[in-house]
Amino acid sequence: MKRDWLGKVVAPAAVGVFVLALWQWLVTALEVPVYLVPSPLVVAQTLVDDRVLLLGSLWVTLKVTFAAFVIAVLGGTAMAFVFVQSRWVERSLFPYAVLLQVTPIVAIAPLIIIWVDNAGVALTLCAAIVAIFPVISNTTLGLRSVSPGLVDLFRMNKATRWQTLARLRIPSALPYFFGGLRISSGLSLIGAVVAEFVAGTGGTGAGLAYQILVSGFQLNVPRLFAALFLITLTGVVLFVLMVWLSRLALGDWHESELMIEP
Amino acid sequence: MAVDTPATDALQGAVGPAVVDVRGVEKRFANGTQALAPVDLAVRPGEFVTLLGPSGCGKSTLLRAIAGLTQPSAGALRWWGGDAGHVGEPGRKLVFVFQDATLMPWTRVRANVRLPLDLAGVPRDEADARVDASLALVGLAKFDRHYPRELSGGMQMRTSIARALVTEPDLLLLDEPFGALDEITRNKLDADLLELWWRKRFTVMFVTHSIYEAVFLSTRVVVMSARPGRVFREIVIDAPHPRSEGFRVTQQFAAYAKLLSECLLEASTEGAPQGNAGAPSGGVVGMAGKPGAST
Repeated sequence: MKRDWLGKVVAPAAVGVFVLALWQWLVTALEVPVYLVPSPLVVAQTLVDDRVLLLGSLWVTLKVTFAAFVIAVLGGTAMAFVFVQSRWVERSLFPYAVLLQVTPIVAIAPLIIIWVDNAGVALTLCAAIVAIFPVISNTTLGLRSVSPGLVDLFRMNKATRWQTLARLRIPSALPYFFGGLRISSGLSLIGAVVAEFVAGTGGTGAGLAYQILVSGFQLNVPRLFAALFLITLTGVVLFVLMVWLSRLALGDWHESELMIEP
Repeated sequence: MAVDTPATDALQGAVGPAVVDVRGVEKRFANGTQALAPVDLAVRPGEFVTLLGPSGCGKSTLLRAIAGLTQPSAGALRWWGGDAGHVGEPGRKLVFVFQDATLMPWTRVRANVRLPLDLAGVPRDEADARVDASLALVGLAKFDRHYPRELSGGMQMRTSIARALVTEPDLLLLDEPFGALDEITRNKLDADLLELWWRKRFTVMFVTHSIYEAVFLSTRVVVMSARPGRVFREIVIDAPHPRSEGFRVTQQFAAYAKLLSECLLEASTEGAPQGNAGAPSGGVVGMAGKPGAST
């Protein structure tokens, strides 16, 4: 247990500290101007000084991210359930789900922003479109990945459609579903940031992406870095949250979540 | 109950309709492969019938057809004298045990065993009591809180059998249930299964490719041959029940094993179904209580 802790936290933390120290030293030694590359200490100072502005923006981005994630999970799961009703439904609809996935969001975001009056809703919609595909495809795969023996067993016991769904298909799909969530949570954030970039200064103008844009125009590079740091941090927290959720749900039985004995 | 009653005497006198009556059942897959040539087979109540044959002889297909898991391309199946093609019969239970344990990994042993009762809407209290009884029968009473992955292969198979027994079946169909286990574990499970059969008096159909398993367990062995799958010969194992592990080392056991080996060899060399084809398939061959004489 103790060694596990060492390997999982201390080693990567040491790398982080080393890189930050190197960065600080290089910037100081080479006298790099702050409007090109700010030192980590300056970025930290900016985080503290601009905290009201940045945290406000973080909140805006978080709202879009979470709303998009919830829509992607609910919508994606619902679509997966529709897909597995019959091969015909899946064959007819799946290509359009793929279409949604392969069309770059930057290309359709301007349209959505024009069509949808409310900027917040428009951004959420863009982010949801980016995030929905992994949920659809993983959950569909999961709902189909049922052991044929268990299907026979349920059939022989004259299980109803509902019983088979609740007791067999959904539990079988859970590991795939959580795999989809991990990818989708990250994509929700990326979608939110990208959509805000596209909306640009004409958008709601309060999210972290907006701060990055504005900071860029004003050559306020420390604030740009600070905003970037907050986005990254959000992504990491989301990922860890998903891993934790998945462990909570599957930890007792699924191979992916079992601790390997040393 | 007299301990050394020759089981077959009692069974041949069994009255009532056959548990399963297979008449001219054929199976042809969509790709044209003929898995089963017309097969005739009747199983009487209380029998322990083993389908023995090489892989690809259609023994699993036949068992799946009997379980209603696969539709025959031709011929008819009747269960307990009911209407042809109507799987099972009201008040009768037929249960299938798969090649692997097919347990749900996300629930514990108890919930796995209770599944058939849950699906049938049996009240929780009654179901739990029956699960306890069933787990006790297979010697897993202490493992009800375990997850399947925490059990050995043999214990997983026992769980699967407990799940089958919990419905109190009249007919138990087992498709090479112990094929993936090591020989020692398999022998133990065979002995336990046989004891359960002897105590509970249900009818068993058992698929295997192990000659020793067939001799040890069966009252009757149906030897099948491949391409297309058909009944080659039927051999009554006329040894008294209950059989102990000691049966494995008797002269009689060895003689039956030899007879079955010869039978399988004959079945595999005799390419086309000559000889047997004209006669109604499945002429019953007994050894008339003189096992040594077949040499």
